[in-house]
Amino acid sequence: MAIAMTLLTLALLPFAAALAIAQLHGAPRAVHSGIAGGASAAGLALLASLAAPALGGDVPFVRWDWVPSLGLDLTLMVDPLGWMFGLLILGIGLLVVIFAHSYLYENEDTGRFFASLMLFQGAMLGIVIAGNVLLLLVFWELTSLASFLLIGFWQHKAEARQGARMALAVTGGGGLALIGGMVLLGLIAGSFDLQAILARGDMVRASPLYPLMLGLILLGCFTKSAQFPFHFWLPHAMAAPTPVSVYLHSATMVKAGVFLLARLWPVLAGTELYTVTVTTVGLVTMLLGATVALFRHDLKSILAYSTISQLGMLVMLLGFSLEAAALAAVLHILNHAAFKAALFMSAGIVEHETGTRDIRRLGGLAKAMPVTAGIATLAAASMAGLPPFGGFISKELMLYQTPKLALAGLPWLLPVLATLGATFSVAYSLRFAAHLFAGRPREAGPFARAHDPSPAMWAAPALLTTLAVLLGLVPMLLAAPLVSAVTGAVTGSAPPEVELGLWHGVNLALILSMLAVAGGAVLLSRHAGLLSLWERASLPDAKRMFEITLRLADARVRKALVATHTPSLQRMLLASFAIMILLVIDGALTGGGVLTGTRPGLPANLPAVAAWALLIAATLAVVLESHNRLRALVYVSVIGLVVSLAFAVLSAPDLALTQISVEAVTVLLMLLALNLLPKKPPVISSRMRKTRDAAIAIVGGVLVGGIAWAMLTRDPGPSIAAFHLANAKPGGGGTNVVNVILVDFRAYDTLGEIIVLGIAGLGIFALLETAGTGASGARLRAWRADMPHSPERHPMMLVAASRIILPLTLAVGIYLFLRGHNQPGGGFIAALVVAIAFLVQYLAAGFDWSDARKPFGEHNLIGWGVLVAMATGLGAMALGSPFLTSWFDYFSLPLIGKFELASAMLFDTGVFLTVLGAVMLALAQLSHVATRAARAAEEAEGAP
Amino acid sequence: MSYEFLVASAIGVLVAGGIFLALRARTFQVVLGLTLISYAVNLFLFASGRLVLNRPPIWDKAVSEYTDPLPQALVLTAIVITFGMTAFVVILALRSFLETGSDHVDGDRVPCDAQDGLADGLADGEGTEP
Repeated sequence: MAIAMTLLTLALLPFAAALAIAQLHGAPRAVHSGIAGGASAAGLALLASLAAPALGGDVPFVRWDWVPSLGLDLTLMVDPLGWMFGLLILGIGLLVVIFAHSYLYENEDTGRFFASLMLFQGAMLGIVIAGNVLLLLVFWELTSLASFLLIGFWQHKAEARQGARMALAVTGGGGLALIGGMVLLGLIAGSFDLQAILARGDMVRASPLYPLMLGLILLGCFTKSAQFPFHFWLPHAMAAPTPVSVYLHSATMVKAGVFLLARLWPVLAGTELYTVTVTTVGLVTMLLGATVALFRHDLKSILAYSTISQLGMLVMLLGFSLEAAALAAVLHILNHAAFKAALFMSAGIVEHETGTRDIRRLGGLAKAMPVTAGIATLAAASMAGLPPFGGFISKELMLYQTPKLALAGLPWLLPVLATLGATFSVAYSLRFAAHLFAGRPREAGPFARAHDPSPAMWAAPALLTTLAVLLGLVPMLLAAPLVSAVTGAVTGSAPPEVELGLWHGVNLALILSMLAVAGGAVLLSRHAGLLSLWERASLPDAKRMFEITLRLADARVRKALVATHTPSLQRMLLASFAIMILLVIDGALTGGGVLTGTRPGLPANLPAVAAWALLIAATLAVVLESHNRLRALVYVSVIGLVVSLAFAVLSAPDLALTQISVEAVTVLLMLLALNLLPKKPPVISSRMRKTRDAAIAIVGGVLVGGIAWAMLTRDPGPSIAAFHLANAKPGGGGTNVVNVILVDFRAYDTLGEIIVLGIAGLGIFALLETAGTGASGARLRAWRADMPHSPERHPMMLVAASRIILPLTLAVGIYLFLRGHNQPGGGFIAALVVAIAFLVQYLAAGFDWSDARKPFGEHNLIGWGVLVAMATGLGAMALGSPFLTSWFDYFSLPLIGKFELASAMLFDTGVFLTVLGAVMLALAQLSHVATRAARAAEEAEGAP
Repeated sequence: MSYEFLVASAIGVLVAGGIFLALRARTFQVVLGLTLISYAVNLFLFASGRLVLNRPPIWDKAVSEYTDPLPQALVLTAIVITFGMTAFVVILALRSFLETGSDHVDGDRVPCDAQDGLADGLADGEGTEP
């Protein structure tokens, strides 16, 4: 149980932090970063407590059923691979939070930043500790979304928005492929449980679906990890604030693809197809990234392409399908995380303190900012793979493995190309350090500003660089046990013996490594000449190609849409009605053809017939007078009235109450809208069109009426009514069976409905809130009253009466609410009545007066309503019952006597709050817009 | 005349009026049509529990016969959702009228492609503010 709670807390902690930060939006920056850092540190502590079992082979895991019918369990597990990635995510996360605290400028929305960052942390952590591939997919998608939010954090910058969109399109598109691949994998393996899948590698590789599945999964991995030809999004993602680049685009998210390759190694690796594809893609990416990085000028762009190159190397190593290569990959993941995060932070510091990231404008900064220079130079040396740094060891291991695989039948090809890639990475690493910090300043302005930041800002990169150095000096102490355990977890076999060190004697790897260093130095010395060569070559621009592809796809989709959906609502509705009518006719013909059943009818009395006649007449009047819109509304309300009467007579008091209150609110709403809409349609349809529509309408009406008649004259089939009636009182604690069904038996439905209603209210808010801008705003300002208005805006009698009525109506609402469980009433009806009570105030005293005195915000009502309803359901779960199980008991108090308390009442409160919020939001917003328009009109008239 | 006939014929008339209005060209008429169809649908759902007089589903020791409460519960939420839908459609119609200056359901025959320049510009945030 302790392990289960630890795992669950670990998974939920970042999300809780994100929520808390978002709630404390207005708080000072220290609160936001404090929560984020605290949560990261707490997560680290939890992870540390799991170290012994996770690395010792006794993998902590916990499983709850979630949707068992889909094979989706909530399974969390921390094996060595997950533990190592968790360490990176939380450790670097903590450092990034510390760094970002100083990095973000004044007046930035730190609440949004840290909330998004923690959302990402939770998603990423979810990927690495998910024990079910479907769960992993959920988190996978969440990282794409969080990355979108973070890249586009500076919303006012076009490149940030474009970069965010591009990243989402590429990684999200890859995510779609991954979903297909993972589902196929689960179907082939016969389980979606990760541990079960990993045990069935032979079965998966033998399946005829293996190539398809592999292709889809690799698409997901390659897009996420920016592998060629999907690498182009990563440089554009650099529009994000630097802490985001550190965290997502070097240390964690882009490694998700690498992680997944490692995770699924026992299932995917080993086949010819896998080895050739993955190795080639990795190799090409490594070469391409390293080459481009050498010729970039933006510091972050250099680092982005170098990240692409390093990710290519990791993918290539995993593609070898050799244990020793996997070991090299694991070690390099650690190394890369350390030096690349440090380098990104250094780049961020340079930008922060000089105002530019263009390496052509900088130089000689070692004098102005010695601490930053020291940190970045050491990290760059590790990236270059120079001894005695960590990067040297993993690069040696990589080069040592290359001769073991013959690409295209040529055993020398891989070592030569890998050495070439290494040469370029030496060159760009050295350039980064040398052009930035050595030599003389190229421009005076940035240099004059430059200075070392406060220790709070360089502490994080300094720590990371120290790690990068120590990984080279004492690898056996620092990394060997972890690397061994993780490699075992990747390959799915016993942890191998690990021998890490700087000196292994003179061997091929050392010779290649020395060649690379020498070559890199030569490349750097010839950089200027190479650069002009590079700039003269016309190279394809990935961003342009991406945009052209998008535009083509967009045009195609538009064409297809226009071809399949004629862009006319009228025609589409006509087709829908016609098809429905044909279906009904078809059903009637095959059904036996007897219209009237045998059930005896209830004889109707005279008032009922009169009401019926009123309804028919009102319907006809609505149709015939629909061009006089105000009058049509009056007729509609007559129909609503008759319908509520029908409910009242036909044993449905709850429905009658609901219908009549909804009626009042609907008519108010339509009146408000009509105030701004044109009162009369300018053109009336042609006679022919009307005749055609009338024919369809009459056929439809006769058919539906016929179905209703056929149904009403037959006895119902077996019903579950008896169950509801028998269990309402003993099981649900209420005698109003309809209400008990709503808040207990079918409370899940109700929960869904109030959420839908809340969304509708918020949607209306979104539509009206922005109505004051653009073309819409201009029309609102040009609006003129086109109906005679009362000279008295707020008639005294109405105002006085409405204020007296308010407490009375509220009392009625509360009464209806309280008795709802046992007598007609309940949350829905009470909310409508209370809403009407408030709306009458708006009507009588105007929007401004009422809105200023309103004690609640509608958004909060909706939010709290849904939360209360959900919390009630979760409360039942916490007590060990299924979601939304209700509880009730009887108590007695002196004076008051015996009374009942039921959890259903709490749920009904949630219903009440949401419905009240949604109704008020819709009407108050509309009345607000109308008020604004009227005021603008008055001002225009007052000042001719 | 029986209640069954009254309810069935009322449903039929409401559906006929609703279809006719929904096929009209102006947003307000379409909203009215949807409202009529909603009344009919709610009545129809309610009627699937069959019509019963004076037996509301309020449990009482002394009573043994009730009407079917389940359709009533479903219709109760349906009425409220209908309100949500109507409200949303009304506001959508209003906003579309304010944006385009026309309350034609198809935006007064403005061809799809002619609006694209504006739509794309707005999506990128480069649209011109008035």
